[in-house]
Amino acid sequence: MGRELTFRIFRYNPATPEVKPHMQDYKVTEEPGMSLFVVLNKIREEQDPSLRFDFVCRASICGSCGMLVNGKPTLACNTLTKNLPNLTTLMPLPVFKLLGDLSVDTGVWFREMSMKTEAWVHDDSEFDATQQEERMDNELALKIYEAERCIECGCCIGGCATANIKPDFIGAAGINRVARFMVDPRDKRTNQEYFEVVASEDGVFGCIGLMACDDNCPKGVPLQGQLAYVRRKMAGVGWKMRVSN
Amino acid sequence: MQAALGNMAKGAGDNPDVHFADTVKGSDWGCEQDVARMFVDTAPIVMRELAHWGVPWNRVTTEKRVYDGEELHEDPEKVGLIAARNFGGTAKWRTCFTSDGTGHTVLYTMDSMVMKHGITVHDRVEALSLIHDGETCYGAIVRDLRNGELKVYTAKSTVIATGGYGRVYGASTNAIINEGTGMAIAQDTGVVPLGNMEAVQFHPTGIVPSWILITEGARGDGGYLLDKNGYRFMPDYEPAKKELASRDVVSRRMIQHIRAGYGVDSPYGQHLWLDIRHLGAKHINTNLREIASISRQFNGIDPVTDLIPVRPTQHYSMGGIRINKWGQAYGLKNLYALGEAACWDLHGFNRLGGNSLAETVVAGKIIGEKIAEFTKDVPLNVSTSIIEEHLGVQQDRIDKFLAGNTGEENVYELRSIMEETLSDNVHVFRTGDKLEYAVKALTELHERSKFIGLRGGKDKASPELASALRMPGMIRLALSIATGALNRTESRGSHFREDYPKRDDANWLKRTLAYWPEGAKAPELKYESVTITESPPGDRGYGEATAGLKK
Repeated sequence: MGRELTFRIFRYNPATPEVKPHMQDYKVTEEPGMSLFVVLNKIREEQDPSLRFDFVCRASICGSCGMLVNGKPTLACNTLTKNLPNLTTLMPLPVFKLLGDLSVDTGVWFREMSMKTEAWVHDDSEFDATQQEERMDNELALKIYEAERCIECGCCIGGCATANIKPDFIGAAGINRVARFMVDPRDKRTNQEYFEVVASEDGVFGCIGLMACDDNCPKGVPLQGQLAYVRRKMAGVGWKMRVSN
Repeated sequence: MQAALGNMAKGAGDNPDVHFADTVKGSDWGCEQDVARMFVDTAPIVMRELAHWGVPWNRVTTEKRVYDGEELHEDPEKVGLIAARNFGGTAKWRTCFTSDGTGHTVLYTMDSMVMKHGITVHDRVEALSLIHDGETCYGAIVRDLRNGELKVYTAKSTVIATGGYGRVYGASTNAIINEGTGMAIAQDTGVVPLGNMEAVQFHPTGIVPSWILITEGARGDGGYLLDKNGYRFMPDYEPAKKELASRDVVSRRMIQHIRAGYGVDSPYGQHLWLDIRHLGAKHINTNLREIASISRQFNGIDPVTDLIPVRPTQHYSMGGIRINKWGQAYGLKNLYALGEAACWDLHGFNRLGGNSLAETVVAGKIIGEKIAEFTKDVPLNVSTSIIEEHLGVQQDRIDKFLAGNTGEENVYELRSIMEETLSDNVHVFRTGDKLEYAVKALTELHERSKFIGLRGGKDKASPELASALRMPGMIRLALSIATGALNRTESRGSHFREDYPKRDDANWLKRTLAYWPEGAKAPELKYESVTITESPPGDRGYGEATAGLKK
């Protein structure tokens, strides 16, 4: 027999505001190789069909199952129970709109951030189907991919002190998104244009440097380096503007 | 994502004709050849267009590389062009990639274009039924998964692009939302058929026991399959293609080898090993980094030094909503489908690795343009009574569930019976008696699904209600798969009947169409001919017909 694990889970349904937010305990017997994906589905199927949470890929590539596991923002799907104590608390990620229990609306937040940072390659040239592709150095391709590995789980946002107090702050995910396009020569935006997108208190200068994002990223995207890169670049632009004014 | 760019040394001389031949052989001559031709001709353009939009394709380098004992030398003139890796069932290295996150980068890039063009996306909603009058489709009745509210979408054109149904098998590489609901609501109209539902792909390398996909790129980049003795067994069965025969063949050979007593015992049943250790830490941690982290996080093993436990696992549906070459669904005007939800039919009885992601974007381009063109001439005149009728049916279903007088059946129990029935009886190897059993068991289950009762209360946003609404349609898909497999008394591609081990072109060079008339207890099967334009049925060059059934 495995350990008897207790999961203390946040419960709240916005459709029934008269029932105040509360914590509810569930007991589950541990099995070999068990993940929180298995635990939460077992609870829903065997104990409480009303429990709300989100999984899509259950393979740590879709970013749907971010939550606070014993206070730390992380993905539930690849959190194994063998690394958890006998009592584990599960809370929804803060910052995002709560849909119910552990389910939060990261989708709307990330859409707004992507629109705000204009997260697409800015290039007015027409695609010419008759031409060979433009060449790119493989190392550069890998560098772009490094930033593009973000899965929009929101762990960097939920654990960010600034994002928790400033609703318009784009957070590490937003700054990393800008970095992804800055390193990509196919994006024709000038530094001045990036400056307008990201060089504000809601952008890269809102970061107070606690770097929880870098610790919490479940994909290991080098957020600290990306923040430094964008910050340095934007500070340079700001300095030049000051001089030329 | 396959496209005949021919940039690699091992891809020299590639062109759409070679890609066409590989695709048709892969399909075991079950595909529509006119569709395959359009696809292979368009794929290289799409690959470059995706590069133009921002996909960070890996590029050709002259970095020193040894592959399967051979030193590779890339053409210095090709450096910086889009690279490709080897995938199964292909004559050339043709699969373009971004490390092992190709789907991720293509998805994000496509979505970036959606944003750039200001297209609104409504997420977290699920269609429950199509609004139609038996001749024309006018939109869909949709449930908002945030709060359970029903919404009506009326439309000149309705497009289903909901992916596959892997979750009817339970053990599947698919995301858990791949429940086939798009296919189910099309079939529920009674007039739209599903094509070749018995054609189910089992991927050779699902990781044990979470069944997460280990990409074919692992074998494409030089990985081996080993048995319990650490012996590389595939060359014995498939001397020409080894680990890189088509997926249906490799999956069968693996099960055959396990049956011969060479499987590795585990609490989750017998499995085999995938060995990529010889590719080295650098290659594994860059070009195969997702599977490296999956192995580490989910199994606590490091593929740089350890073997990965794998077993053939449900992965892809060649079948789906039957459409014509321009994406128009059979049976209903102004309804379209594409991608895995559709049966275009590019893949016949076995899809090649790298052809599905390519299909999504190529079909998006070809069919998307056609939809735009056809939609221009469609007037939007749908009668209110048709909308109210369809909305009423769905509202009524929900109201009855919430009123608590629908029955006592437990939706999760029914789902696990469905999963086990398919996994035990409609898998890689199939026989008449097991298929008969599956059809009988699933027919009973379908009846029981009419009496599902909620145990979780009256919340209209409840996840249990969502499952209850889906379950009858999922069981109908399972029945369409099992019935199609029982009827097809031959072996073709992924559909392998041990009691009929040969392909039978005289009787079965045709496509199954599974209809579900209103109120029926079983699917009604019809058949149509397969379009052959260039390549008459022949030998695949790998698999049992070529290399023999036995070792």
